[in-house]
Amino acid sequence: MTAVDAVPADAAPAGGTGGAGEPRPPADRRQAYRRRRWVRVLVVTALTVLALVFVYPLIWLVSASFKPRAEIFDNRLVPQHPTLENYLTVWDSAPLALWLGNTLVVTALAATTVTVSSALVAWGFAHYRFRGRGPLFGVVLATMMLPGAVTLIPTYLIWHRLGFVGTNVPLWAGNLFASAFYVFLLRQFFLSLPREPFEAARLDGASEWTLFWRIAVPLCRPALVITFLFEAQASWTDLMRPLVYLQDTATFTVPRGLKAVIDQFGPGGESQWEVVVTASVITTVPMILLFFAGQRYFVQGIATTGSKG
Amino acid sequence: MGREAVTTVRPSARARRERTAGLAFISPWIVGFLVFTAWPIFYSGYLSLTDYDVLTDPSFVGLENYERMAADPQVRLALWNTLQYTVLQVPLYVVVALALALLLHQAGRASGFFRTAFFVPKMTPPVAVGVLLLLLFNGEYGLVNEALGAIGINGPSWTTDPDWVKPGLALVSLWSVGAAVVILLAALQDVPVELYDAARVDGAGWWRRTRTVTLPMISGALFFVTVVNTIAAFQMFTEAYSAYFGAGNSTYANDAALFYVIYLFREGFAELHMGYASALAWLLFVVIMLVTAVQLLVSRRLVYYEGEQR
Repeated sequence: MTAVDAVPADAAPAGGTGGAGEPRPPADRRQAYRRRRWVRVLVVTALTVLALVFVYPLIWLVSASFKPRAEIFDNRLVPQHPTLENYLTVWDSAPLALWLGNTLVVTALAATTVTVSSALVAWGFAHYRFRGRGPLFGVVLATMMLPGAVTLIPTYLIWHRLGFVGTNVPLWAGNLFASAFYVFLLRQFFLSLPREPFEAARLDGASEWTLFWRIAVPLCRPALVITFLFEAQASWTDLMRPLVYLQDTATFTVPRGLKAVIDQFGPGGESQWEVVVTASVITTVPMILLFFAGQRYFVQGIATTGSKG
Repeated sequence: MGREAVTTVRPSARARRERTAGLAFISPWIVGFLVFTAWPIFYSGYLSLTDYDVLTDPSFVGLENYERMAADPQVRLALWNTLQYTVLQVPLYVVVALALALLLHQAGRASGFFRTAFFVPKMTPPVAVGVLLLLLFNGEYGLVNEALGAIGINGPSWTTDPDWVKPGLALVSLWSVGAAVVILLAALQDVPVELYDAARVDGAGWWRRTRTVTLPMISGALFFVTVVNTIAAFQMFTEAYSAYFGAGNSTYANDAALFYVIYLFREGFAELHMGYASALAWLLFVVIMLVTAVQLLVSRRLVYYEGEQR
């Protein structure tokens, strides 16, 4: 799982195979070793350059947010005349604190509800044997491939009929009913649990709920954290649903607010790029913090996603 | 297990208990599926045969929406734009992801650090990616063209020249390649080392080992990344909408960035042509299903699955 696993793949021919095969001529081996070291240097150099290319836009953005308007496009790494002016301006021209608060509420609700509901459903599919389970799970997998645009309008009409358009409810309440992707992910983890502890607890008279809540959930904590973090990111960064459901500026999430800022200060508007840049930084930074808080989980979760593809 | 020996419950009673508990646990999904997936699919099928503006009741118009779609030049433009973007973006994305994963796989202990560097940009909200697109790819002052200029290339007007809008968006999409890299890297680390040893003994060089061992062994993960990304590319919305389309009453827009879902969104929620937008949604659904089916068929021949692993 970690980087360490990658090492034997390269190191194997040097020592690993020595036990069974015949000893190689030392000169040959030294040459092979030197070549491998060369390759390693080349690979690390290439990766360093590429990593810089990947991270640089973020650094550029943060740096630009500390530049006066005239110097935004000077593409210098370090601002010539560093200033906090933009942060004061953006705070005055857009209700960012309010938007951040709104987003935090929506994100917390969306991530919590989807984690709990998806865990319940995943446990049902992983632990219990009943007729129709296979086909039903097939339906779960099929809905993962369903393009969101297809259900967009009828879903809007449901929330419209219930009177929730204009509130944050449509941004998270659907998560009460589990999400196919997380059901799939969590089921993978639940399947890896041994059955014995559950059978033993059952003989001791534990209820099915106790088995789930007291045994399965604690054992699969990392998977639940992964689900929570994934959904927190998806919810925080979403633009489509806030565009559809939120009309009043006071209810906006930050991405929706940032879109409004682009419209007002961006290319079609007043061309005050420093405001757009600074609002972008404020929208992005919480996600970077989230990543570093849960880096291990993000990487593990993504790797699991593809492993059964 | 030996549970038959101990348990006092009759098997049929036990089976019934399992079924009750299982169905109880999955019941949130069953409700959600019926309300938020099954019903919307059928209802949007019905709506696509109506004229509906939310304010008054839908009125049945038969196939009129579909006839209008066939004649609508904007639909043709949106489909063409989306197709061009997908054909450009998907191969680029998969190849870059694969190249980065192969490099990381060679990096040994340092790979964790670099993996982080490739993954972090993925956290950027797509709206902010739209902003970065406008700024960094600006034809006159942008960093990208400045860098290209440094090596003697006169960069195009990425954000205003209709021919370069889609390549610009495709390039910017590479910025979030990190998740695909992690998936492919995990697959690479799962390839049994013995296979490489055997290939080495047979005198296979790096390229040959990659082609005959690595690629077949990770073809499942490659296929997964390709399919998921194709579906996403067909639904391109946020980056293009943030950068090129105004909300509310501002009107700036770029025909070259009119992707299918953007057109659907504007028809449905700006023009309140809910019936027409539902017909558009159905066409998209059919197109994506067809493309996925073709990819599945092709994969039967190209993808190698190691017997059930679990």
